[in-house]
Amino acid sequence: MSLSLQSGGSSSRVSASSFSATGTGIVAAANAAGNQVTTRPITTGTSVLGIKYRNGVMLAADTLVSYGSLAKYKNARRLLPVNSRTLIGASGEYSDLQSISDLLIANALEDRCTADSLYEEDNTNEECAKEVWSYLRAVMYQRRNKMNPLWNDVIVAGFQQNPDGSTSDTPFLGTVDKIGTAYEDDMLATGFGGYIALPLMREKYRPDMEEGEARALLEDCLRILFYRDCRALNRVQIAKVTKEGGVLVSEPYELDTFWDYKGYVSTKAGMGTDGGW
Amino acid sequence: MASSGSGYDLSSSTFSPDGRIFQVEYASRAVESSGAALGLRCADGIVLCVEKPMNKKMMVTKNTPAGRRIYAVDGKTGLALAGYPGDGRQVANRAREEAANYLETYGSEIPPDVLAARLSAYVHYFTLHGALRPFGCTALLAGYDAATQRHSLHMVEPSGSCFEYYAAAAGRGRQPARTEMEKLAVNPTRAAAAAASGGAGGVGGEEGMERGQQLISVAEGVRQLAKIVYTIRDSGGNGGSGASKDGPFEIEMSWLCEKTGWKHVGVPKDVMEEAVEWAKREIEAEGEEEDEDDDEEDGMEE
Repeated sequence: MSLSLQSGGSSSRVSASSFSATGTGIVAAANAAGNQVTTRPITTGTSVLGIKYRNGVMLAADTLVSYGSLAKYKNARRLLPVNSRTLIGASGEYSDLQSISDLLIANALEDRCTADSLYEEDNTNEECAKEVWSYLRAVMYQRRNKMNPLWNDVIVAGFQQNPDGSTSDTPFLGTVDKIGTAYEDDMLATGFGGYIALPLMREKYRPDMEEGEARALLEDCLRILFYRDCRALNRVQIAKVTKEGGVLVSEPYELDTFWDYKGYVSTKAGMGTDGGW
Repeated sequence: MASSGSGYDLSSSTFSPDGRIFQVEYASRAVESSGAALGLRCADGIVLCVEKPMNKKMMVTKNTPAGRRIYAVDGKTGLALAGYPGDGRQVANRAREEAANYLETYGSEIPPDVLAARLSAYVHYFTLHGALRPFGCTALLAGYDAATQRHSLHMVEPSGSCFEYYAAAAGRGRQPARTEMEKLAVNPTRAAAAAASGGAGGVGGEEGMERGQQLISVAEGVRQLAKIVYTIRDSGGNGGSGASKDGPFEIEMSWLCEKTGWKHVGVPKDVMEEAVEWAKREIEAEGEEEDEDDDEEDGMEE
């Protein structure tokens, strides 16, 4: 081992630029500085849905990761807890999501270890959802300015924080896209879900929805997405953040589907042809 | 100056004719005048303990991280420090960096022996160059290796030397502390030897070890460490400056054990209070036993 003061890396907040971007399979090109950058995602997840309800926030996503149009991984988890009270879900390049998750989890660990007290009950300085969201916004925006984006649309769910660091009663739901655009809303959807599911969610949403209603709404949306989105799957996960229970992510399960609608049954799209163009 | 180093103590890059590196020895001496740091490897976990003299009357000590001497490295590793607190923080931060870097590179938590080795390489580096000052601190590292399901205690000294211990002590009063710790059942080979020898008389001065004695638990370890801290303060701390021997002080304790899920956390305040009470009673009882009429029986500072 050669003598060096380098630790081989730094645990201080990994600046976004220190992701060596391109995992295998990501199509890359050279940017002005001659570095390889992602120009097109390869292994991708589709929509993520999020909604606030009476005493929590809920996210939903299917478990498919596609390789182009090939349904390659059918049990991939895209809803990930990053600390005890914050949850993220993302569509887009799956390796970039893994990288984001690693970064956030490392930050959470650093927060715990550099806390003022050795006693867990004293430590209320864990990042709240809004802080995670804001940090992610900075990371995404910095990466896009380097012409090397992390190819994801991310939804962050959790709770607001009181000035003393304790968890407030107000749920938080925000999104950041691959160029750093960030906004909060009562209901959010990424990817194709933004076109298909979001209008349905807006129609049905009430601020005082019970957990069951919220879940039924999200499952309906996922089912409809499965019918209409060629990159979607009926194998899904639901996750929630509540003030009392923290983060809870369900195991993947399958949604029942119904294919006997007339529009689905009529052959050859009702065109009386052989089905071709 | 000429008396001690004769010009060979100006840089850690210079050996003296008899093969010593004075700067490193001076660094060790800097550690000797600090409050003690103790570590005990028990059957079911590790206990770390530091004695913190509180000399300045106007200092704010409640709810402030300034006086911390035990640090969390990652979830399963803790670091107790003796010596200059600033030097210690530098070492603690390096330990965190190494742990985070290992996790990022290999996807698993850093084994305690690897962390100790890397930390000692870092500390040792500062003994090699004329332009650098060796660290004036000693670090006790308590860790748990999830792969081998083994917990371990390492000590890294200013020279960069690093060994694993059943019990380790640094800072003022480390010698009497070691003597006290040798009486505890923490060394499995010695405990086995004591058991085999039949207990009667023990093997070569194994006073505390009796036949069939089990290794002590962390709960017992917390008590014993509290007792040792009070004992070494009582006895004046063996060769240290003794400046704050009778002054007010605090005890900081952490453990990592089966019960905490091998997480490194502070020893609950009530457990510590109970341990300190026990230690005071114990020491008082022993004092009465040994010498009823020796001299004044002051008790100790609150």
